[in-house]
Amino acid sequence: MSSLLRLATAGSVDDGKSTLVGRLLYDTKSVLADQLDAVTRASVDRGLSTPDLSLLVDGLRSEREQGITIDVAYRYFATPKRSFVLADTPGHVQYTRNTVTGASTAQLAVLLVDARKGVIEQTRRHAAVLALLGVPRLVLAVNKIDLVDYDEETFRVIAKEFTDHATSLGYAEGSVLSVPVSALVGDNVVDRSERTPWYTGPTLLSHLEDVPVAPDPHDAPFRFPVQYVIRPRTPEHPDYRGYAGQVAAGTVRPGDEVVVLPAGLRTTVERIDTADGELPEAAAGRSVTLVLAHDLDISRGDVIAAGASAPVATDELDATLAWLSEKPLRPGARVLVKHGARTVQAFVDQLVSRFDEQKLSTVESPETLQLNEIGRARVRVAEPLPVDDYEVSRRTGAFLVIDPADGTTLAAGMVGAPLPVLRGDSDVVSPGP
Amino acid sequence: MTTLEQVAADAATDNLAALESEAIHIFREVAGEFDRPVILFSGGKDSTLLLHLAIKAFWPAPVPFPLLHVDTGHNFDEVIAFRDHVVEKYGLRLIVASVQDWIDDGRLTERPDGTRNPLQTQPLLGAIEENKFDAVFGGGRRDEERARAKERIFSLRNAFGQWDPRRQRPELWNLYNGRHRPGEHVRVFPLSNWTEADVWNYIAREKVELPSIYYAHQRPVYKRDGMWLTEGPWGGPRDGEEVRELTVRYRTVGDGSCTGAVESTASTVDEVIAEVMASRLTERGATRADDRLSEAAMEDRKREGYF
Repeated sequence: MSSLLRLATAGSVDDGKSTLVGRLLYDTKSVLADQLDAVTRASVDRGLSTPDLSLLVDGLRSEREQGITIDVAYRYFATPKRSFVLADTPGHVQYTRNTVTGASTAQLAVLLVDARKGVIEQTRRHAAVLALLGVPRLVLAVNKIDLVDYDEETFRVIAKEFTDHATSLGYAEGSVLSVPVSALVGDNVVDRSERTPWYTGPTLLSHLEDVPVAPDPHDAPFRFPVQYVIRPRTPEHPDYRGYAGQVAAGTVRPGDEVVVLPAGLRTTVERIDTADGELPEAAAGRSVTLVLAHDLDISRGDVIAAGASAPVATDELDATLAWLSEKPLRPGARVLVKHGARTVQAFVDQLVSRFDEQKLSTVESPETLQLNEIGRARVRVAEPLPVDDYEVSRRTGAFLVIDPADGTTLAAGMVGAPLPVLRGDSDVVSPGP
Repeated sequence: MTTLEQVAADAATDNLAALESEAIHIFREVAGEFDRPVILFSGGKDSTLLLHLAIKAFWPAPVPFPLLHVDTGHNFDEVIAFRDHVVEKYGLRLIVASVQDWIDDGRLTERPDGTRNPLQTQPLLGAIEENKFDAVFGGGRRDEERARAKERIFSLRNAFGQWDPRRQRPELWNLYNGRHRPGEHVRVFPLSNWTEADVWNYIAREKVELPSIYYAHQRPVYKRDGMWLTEGPWGGPRDGEEVRELTVRYRTVGDGSCTGAVESTASTVDEVIAEVMASRLTERGATRADDRLSEAAMEDRKREGYF
């Protein structure tokens, strides 16, 4: 079982996200006395009688002034079972790009809805973005359940509507859980509430502690972007040549046959080195240095892959782009693409379609892709890249689109299209009521 | 060991392995993408850990970056001795940016309260500019403070060294974007996802050597603004501040004028871990005067170019 769970939150403004995160920190005793003192002082200054837990997480001056969360923040808490890295993402529509940021590394996402309002458009949009980014599991926190008198029927209706939506996006029913909570009062966040006797599922925290997080599949084919060539040229290591990087997918062992891309040279792994000694194997996520049997010309940006199932290097990427810049994308735009440890010149050949967030359907051949819009594009790259389908590998199927002029990150790119709606078979997703 | 303790122990080990791999990945990205990186090194536990991870990232080759120490002139002698010992031991290159030099030649003015921590920013930015550093590693962690929780792992600074929290690049997957224009630089925080507990557990696991003042020792101290400060060139004790000999240790190492000691008998790493885990105060809340100045003190200093 993985002991480090990376999760993200999502939800619209005012449905209590910061309060929920504050509650998780507070009830897991991750908040220390001086932090709580500061929040209590600030709450009193604002004329409140009880500490406003959202002040624990809204760290920026303008966030506290406006009472909203502006930018994604990272929170840390731990229980005896697990450590958690939580990407707390703002719900404001203009900051949807932060949802993409938080979701890119999340193994689970907690969406919030206000029990009085139920599933709204933005909930559906956020779920679609999370599905697109390949977040494996969803939790719907039906918040402010105290404000609907802990009504079971209200919860059931919202939970069913959300589960139906999530399954239409491709989630299995078992990977979606709804929990009735009150972040303000603390019901079912960490401690089980006596006011929802009809709810027999786990509390939010116990679910986060126990949810099986599929480790990156060990039988996935091995992928290793070379980050840096280690050549000490010191008296102790005059001839050492190692290829440093982090295993992006699969597992590697000494003796494995590998192919170096894009050149296509074949060799075997002689050793897996670390500063602490040689390893018998290294799985996805592990940073190591590979020593190969043959002296080949390998440099930063190359990919060492399993010899039996190597990706095919391609100079045309058929991809989904989440556009994150104020500067709109137009076909023909010259950009940079960063995939693994390689950055290459590229241009966007064609805009195939745009995801209409309101209708949850697609628009063919749009003229532009604006901030926060998601669409399909054909991207031509100057050098062939060994990509995988994002659906198969979140690491080697992802890329950044970068502005060559000022270095801004323009888009999150995903090879292939994991969302049915973006494949064009939009009847799979019902537009909803 | 009971089952629950075993689960917790295994969880901690896996967690530390994941954090170590992430930090090593970040070091190698910077080495691959930038021309002139530097590691900010104060001799404190976070920057010592940073250096330890850098050594692992490039083993068996030497660390391909120099160290930069912003010397406030109000240092603990033990920390300077430790700094020099580490530089010697690993054959590193050390650059010192001295706040005292800036005060002596009039570029900076001593503050009325004698605190030099806020004065570090200008010498830091001066050293970055003078040496044309394009990537600057810092030991900052997001769990330290609310404004730091918003910090990216690769954090772009403009030509004035300023941080704009509203204009940060989205950070996606483990693909770090290090592009920058001439004059701009990137602050890099490989320990972003570590907590104070992770840092201490890793120090214990790896047997990382630290300055002696992290462990309990006898020291003459006086109380100011609720903190135990020690005697030094930063002006203390003042009239009415009574000096007492106490058994103390430090949770953070910074400018002596604003870094307080805590009463403690923890003299080994394990005892320190037990103490940190039981503490109801954060390390900054317990021992850093400068973070108490205002609700947004850290954010304001970061906007000016501080770490």
